[in-house]
Amino acid sequence: MSTQPKIKVENLKLWYGDFEALHGVDLDIYEKEVTAFIGPSGCGKSTFIKTLNRMNDLVENVKIEGTVELDGKDIYKKKTDLNLLRKKVGMVFQQPNPFPKSIYDNVAYGPRTHGIKKKSELDEIVEKSLRQAAIWDEVKDHLDRNALSISGGQQQRICIARALAVEPEVLLMDEPTSALDPISTAKIEELVAQLKNDYTIVMVTHNMQQASRVSDRTAFFLNGHIIETDTTRKIFTNPSEKETENYISGRFG
Amino acid sequence: MNETKEKIMHGVFLLAAVTSIISLILIVVFIFTGGLPMMLDYGVFDFIFGTTWNQTTFGILPMIVGSILVTIGAIVLGVPIGVSTAIFMAEFCPPKLYSFLKPAVNLMAGIPSIVYGFFALRIIVPWIRNSFGGPGNSMLAAILLLGVMILPTIIALSESAIRSVPRSYYSGSIALGATQERSIFNVLVPAAKSGIFSSVVLGVGRAIGETMAVVMVAGNQPIMPRGLTQGVRTLTTNIVLEMAYASGQHREALIATGVVLFVFIMIINTTFLIVKSRGGES
Amino acid sequence: MSSKLLKGLVYASTLFTFGILGYLIFYILFNGVAYLTPSLFEWEYSTDNVSLMPALITTLYVVLGTLLIATPIGVFTGFYLVDYANRNNPVVKAISIATDTLAGIPSIIYGLFGFLFFVVYLEWQFSLAAGIFTVTIMSLPVIIRATEEALIASGMSIRQASYALGAGKLRTLFNVVLPVAMPGILSGVILATGKIIGETAALIFTLGTATQLPQSLFASGRTLSLHMYILSNEGLHVNEAYATAVVLLVFVILINGLSTLISKRLSRGGK
Ligand SMILES: Nc1ncnc2c1ncn2[C@@H]1O[C@H](COP(=O)(O)OP(=O)(O)O)[C@@H](O)[C@H]1O
Ligand SMILES: [Mg+2]
Repeated sequence: MSTQPKIKVENLKLWYGDFEALHGVDLDIYEKEVTAFIGPSGCGKSTFIKTLNRMNDLVENVKIEGTVELDGKDIYKKKTDLNLLRKKVGMVFQQPNPFPKSIYDNVAYGPRTHGIKKKSELDEIVEKSLRQAAIWDEVKDHLDRNALSISGGQQQRICIARALAVEPEVLLMDEPTSALDPISTAKIEELVAQLKNDYTIVMVTHNMQQASRVSDRTAFFLNGHIIETDTTRKIFTNPSEKETENYISGRFG
Repeated sequence: MNETKEKIMHGVFLLAAVTSIISLILIVVFIFTGGLPMMLDYGVFDFIFGTTWNQTTFGILPMIVGSILVTIGAIVLGVPIGVSTAIFMAEFCPPKLYSFLKPAVNLMAGIPSIVYGFFALRIIVPWIRNSFGGPGNSMLAAILLLGVMILPTIIALSESAIRSVPRSYYSGSIALGATQERSIFNVLVPAAKSGIFSSVVLGVGRAIGETMAVVMVAGNQPIMPRGLTQGVRTLTTNIVLEMAYASGQHREALIATGVVLFVFIMIINTTFLIVKSRGGES
Repeated sequence: MSSKLLKGLVYASTLFTFGILGYLIFYILFNGVAYLTPSLFEWEYSTDNVSLMPALITTLYVVLGTLLIATPIGVFTGFYLVDYANRNNPVVKAISIATDTLAGIPSIIYGLFGFLFFVVYLEWQFSLAAGIFTVTIMSLPVIIRATEEALIASGMSIRQASYALGAGKLRTLFNVVLPVAMPGILSGVILATGKIIGETAALIFTLGTATQLPQSLFASGRTLSLHMYILSNEGLHVNEAYATAVVLLVFVILINGLSTLISKRLSRGGK
């Protein structure tokens, strides 16, 4: 590995109250790659991905130890500007969660939050983001429609556009297609393949085929540990660990 | 700058949030410091168990008994009718009709006490006078009035209690071959009893606290109640009847009446909260 | 008891409940509408016209004044309880208990307190201010509970979406959560309005019963409900009391219609 990792996680532990959900996780995430997290449900994938933009700060009684460095800077340092961090590290959720506002206002919400007021500038960002999310053609004629009135697959792409509109460097996606139909899923996978040219993408998926199709690197989680991280091809063809092999071949999880 | 704004507003919200606590403390302090000294001075026993109330003698037992009797009467009348109406609303009511009846119950809760009182004064009081003799303004009038006034409280809470019983209880009973009626009365309603009981407790609170409607129909004689068709005075009405012109120890005695009422209400509210939290556990 | 008998009781009770309501409304309208004469709506009250106009306007003053104070305090309290404080925070417990307790205190105790504190201790006399502050405290629990419920029902997911875009707490609350929670909060405010319009016991010794329109915050007045109480108590103007009851009923029906409409929109609009 010649390049510096975009995100470097070292010995990260996380407790929900007394329950230790992550037991000292180490991971490097590289720029302009898709890194996939796989593992049986409840193993800590969501918990881990949320530590990367500090969404766990919103959960009560969470305690975190260890370091997460973004471009070499620890994001858990006291002085970290959370709003700026989350602008740099965007997130797309499992359930599409558009605001009950117009499509336009959904996408413009982030830029407005970060101080952009000029209509022409916002128009430009909204169009660019919707194009990037491959949904511009479907919605360009009714940007003032309520985002809740369109289909689930479209909603999820609006949420992706909304995340892209603040020009993040990293995009976190927690099972972004698990609530969608196969056609919408295929569209979003295509989109991810496009987006990795410009963004660093981290994606949780419970769908092994999806991981092998879209990701460059895969981390296998089990019971709050990362058992193995490697290139996706290696993980899926020749894993080093027995547990990984068992999981890949469908013997548990 | 954003950081400061967040901090300031956090402070503002906290400040707003403690308003309730401060208000409650102020209420307790002013009512109790206004009434307790008189009670201690006059003698707590003589005050609470004295049966004579006039310009110089302050025994409030007649009002305590009056409040209790009127409340019991209202409950005896209002609970069966209210709970039965709630059962109808939750189980027997066709959806079309329900969309009229539900707002009607809310409306019933929203009609001012003064309108209920006036209605009772014009309808119930003359009816009692004509049917049973006596002045008409009476304990019975107060009971009938309060029995109606607590209906919306009883109906709303009982209905939601019945609705929150898992549907499987009902289908389980039906599957055993029980009729719809049997399943409702023998399975659903008993399962909702803690919620229904808390509606009764709340109804007690309403009845004992009601003032302006009662004062219009109850006769208000400050003497031990002597029968359903005779007048009665309650704790609440005692305050409102004389506060306007009372002074000195007399005024303090009225505030002390408020203290006693407050204690009654606290007991009822605590019961309600306990019943409610018990219901939430199971 | 047999089920058939019980079922009969259920139907009879329902008939009684709604029969009484219908009779009350019909009776008031039947006896009152005819006395809604123009003279009842003259600007100045006199013993001849027994105008309810000053009382009507005073009612609006009291409602507006109270909502102006109670709404922000109640809504902000809801914000604090749901979005700021930790659920196990002792302050939250205390506020919760205080709110429940305030909700159970009868109006006459509020009236007594308002009299002792605002009228006597702060020397505000019988006044608009004393009345407004007294019913403000009464309205708080209604608005707080409605706000709390609406905020909780608006869900975590839209909050997370906003935070994940780098929005702060305030922006999330005001731009994303509040629009969703608004109908619920509004129905609480409407409920409080109904309560204020119907209030008498808490106002009679705080706002007082002056017949004229109060000219300042520290002048006495009477609301419609108080006006009606006094008319029926004096026994001299029973017809006008009926007419006032009609006006009160119309208000209450309008308010209830409004809140039904909002709650319909609530359940239809979904999330
Ligand atoms: N807010 C929470 N409080 C307590 N425990 C939690 C919370 N969120 C998740 N957990 C627990 O942490 C573990 C990991 O959960 P999660 O990260 O959601 O797993 P995954 O996304 O891999 O399915 C699970 O055992 C789960 O029950
Ligand atoms: Mg998960």
